[in-house]
Amino acid sequence: MTRDLNETILKLTDLRVEALSGAVLVDNVSLELKRGEVMGLIGESGAGKSTIGLASMVYARAGCRITGGKVEIQGEDVRTLDAEGRRERRGQRIAYIAQSAAASFNPAHRLMDQVTEMPISHGLMTQAEAQAWALELFRALDLPNPDTFGDRYTHQVSGGQLQRAMAAMAMSCRPDILVLDEPTTALDVTTQIEVLALLKKLIRDYNMAALYISHDLAVVAQVADRVMVLRHGKMVEVGETGQILLEPHMDYTKALVAERKAADKLAMAAITTREKPVLEGLDVTGIYGTFKAVKHVSIAVARGETVAVVGESGSGKSSLARLLVGLLPCVTGEVKLHGEVLPPSLKNRNRDTLRKVQLIYQQPDVALNPRQTIGEIIGRPVEFYFNRSPAEVKARVAELLRLVGLPEDYAGRLSTALSGGQKQRICIARALAAEPDIIICDEPTSALDQLVADEILKLLKQLQDTLGVGYLFITHDLGIVRRIAHRTAVMLQGEIIAQGPTADIFAPPFHPYTEKLLSSVPEMRTDWLDEVLAKRG
Amino acid sequence: MKLFGYKPTSTAWLGLAIITVFILVAVFADVIAPYSESESVGQTWDDPSWDFLLGTDNIGRDMLSRLIFGARMTIGVALVTTVLSFLIGTTTGFLAAVGGTVIDQILSRIVDVMLSIPLLIFALIILSVFGSSIMTLILTLAVLDSTRVFRLARAVATNLVVMEYVEAARLRGEGLWWIMRREILPNALPPMISEFGLRFCFNFLFVASLSFLGLGIQPPYADWGGMVRDNGKAISFGLPAPLWPALAIAMMTVGVNLVVDWILSINSRPSGASAEM
Repeated sequence: MTRDLNETILKLTDLRVEALSGAVLVDNVSLELKRGEVMGLIGESGAGKSTIGLASMVYARAGCRITGGKVEIQGEDVRTLDAEGRRERRGQRIAYIAQSAAASFNPAHRLMDQVTEMPISHGLMTQAEAQAWALELFRALDLPNPDTFGDRYTHQVSGGQLQRAMAAMAMSCRPDILVLDEPTTALDVTTQIEVLALLKKLIRDYNMAALYISHDLAVVAQVADRVMVLRHGKMVEVGETGQILLEPHMDYTKALVAERKAADKLAMAAITTREKPVLEGLDVTGIYGTFKAVKHVSIAVARGETVAVVGESGSGKSSLARLLVGLLPCVTGEVKLHGEVLPPSLKNRNRDTLRKVQLIYQQPDVALNPRQTIGEIIGRPVEFYFNRSPAEVKARVAELLRLVGLPEDYAGRLSTALSGGQKQRICIARALAAEPDIIICDEPTSALDQLVADEILKLLKQLQDTLGVGYLFITHDLGIVRRIAHRTAVMLQGEIIAQGPTADIFAPPFHPYTEKLLSSVPEMRTDWLDEVLAKRG
Repeated sequence: MKLFGYKPTSTAWLGLAIITVFILVAVFADVIAPYSESESVGQTWDDPSWDFLLGTDNIGRDMLSRLIFGARMTIGVALVTTVLSFLIGTTTGFLAAVGGTVIDQILSRIVDVMLSIPLLIFALIILSVFGSSIMTLILTLAVLDSTRVFRLARAVATNLVVMEYVEAARLRGEGLWWIMRREILPNALPPMISEFGLRFCFNFLFVASLSFLGLGIQPPYADWGGMVRDNGKAISFGLPAPLWPALAIAMMTVGVNLVVDWILSINSRPSGASAEM
């Protein structure tokens, strides 16, 4: 096969994908991909990014179908091929790397068997050849102990390693085109940077073309040559990466860029005259079995202030929240509310104590009972804590809905009919219904799109200004911390390694880990990744 | 036309029609039946005729009248039993899932012990000790059957208890009863309803086997299962007698399951799932 550099290997023309219900998911999208080129697809969820990614393999998810346009791989229209022909192209010529590697591997098989399955079943390689190639890929992807890595099962490797194994699986047939669907979104920032660098190297070394799907402009900026901005299944803007970042033409792109840049600025000064702390954890330790998730941590939140807890997954942030609310009884130390020591276990806390500390979850989908109406969900705390009459409850629900910026007639709907951002607003309304002093927010925006997340943050801030509620804000996103937190605590392996006013935490002298975290957040420059890697050696 | 805000499918209508007819027959048995339940009016296994539309049974009673009265007994006993067994099984099953390790262990081990004794033998012992009145029959069957319901209810609820909306209710300070009734039950309904259809059928087949052993519904009361057993020998003479009650059982089973399928299909309809999912 000749590897001509200027050859167009993937060409989509006027692509159109419809749901069976008739809704148009992708409309009139065209793109061309040359060998060695990476095209970034940017947009919020529902923008049709993944649908385009899959459609370039002539695949549509259940309930959708490709209804128009051409999909050409090296000049051959794959849509005209029969099922067998399409199946042969998939994996061999064009391969897909999904967001959640954990969900894409079968936990019952060893990694090597899954990585070598495709070339063997397509009859491209013998088992020995496939394994030798897999080993080469494992080495290229910098996996630990590449010789024995394939003998492991999915649960024996970390998330970042699994994502790299997934890249090896996609590469197993030596495809020409890779479709990368948010490959680093589920990873911590420090891991993301490694995976990103390796993927970039892989694409360059093997001279492939790639579609890189992401919601994060800064991430795409590191790997993509060109960027396509999508909204509601339509192209908004296509251009060189530098142009999109620096001089976006369309309003929507401008909003995306501006929103991403806002995250870099420090917004909140520390409150100088702190009120007496309302919720305090003093020297608390929490264990699961014999594992110490939280080790001798002290933290305090006062009314009207936001205290951020940052750390990577597994650092004990959420466990700390569970300790404070009593879901996880503390084995050392104590939790105080308004200066009074609370019983360690939830069961022994009284109703008024419970009312004063509310929790907002990361996944609004599972935090709202899908069989209750919004009115029931928000009304229950009102009825439960304040013993109001049904009419009063109804009035209060309407008031709360207005407060979180939703129409009053939502009270009669089920939560399943709402979008992610609206659901999170309902969760906030439910927390406010209890008229709490402190709300513990456990990654409330990480399941949401950037612009939606931004709205939720603004709402939280505005509610703090009007109601004076205090937030303990758990997040892995340093951008959010900069924007909303008066004080910040950095967690690593169950301990708080740095705590203080946000400005101090984000200014030298850094704790080495804080510095690593900070330098791992992708910046809106195309050469950021190379710089960081060069600096780290 | 809509039912509870949903439009039944054509198969659901068929199922509803079958169930309605059987229930009407059961309620108005006295009015519809041409003969009485227990009176011998002809010879053993007379052929169908204008006098006896479906012929007569093994001791010369009118088959049609027995079927009609049998509907009352069979459907009635099975329905009451199943409802009762679901009340017991669902409540205890949810309690085991929500109430913590100690309650779960106690309830689950009791159920394990009960499940380890074969159902039929267990029922035989209880019914022969307490005597077989309709009341003891229903109570015994309901308690025994509830162990199966318990298993399902506990399994379903265990998956729901870990959801964050249940955790949110706990954090609010809600009691066990509220969590079971308002947070768990509505989400556990789909599998529970389909199980209801199945267990209803099992129950009325089980009543039939007990009747055969003489501990189920006592003569002269008619029940379909008992009628199949009583008239089973007729098959070897090439006579259709046992087919009529068997057909009634089959129709009732199919009817119930058609409706159950429809209810399940309502619940499994995608609601608000985005195309990107």
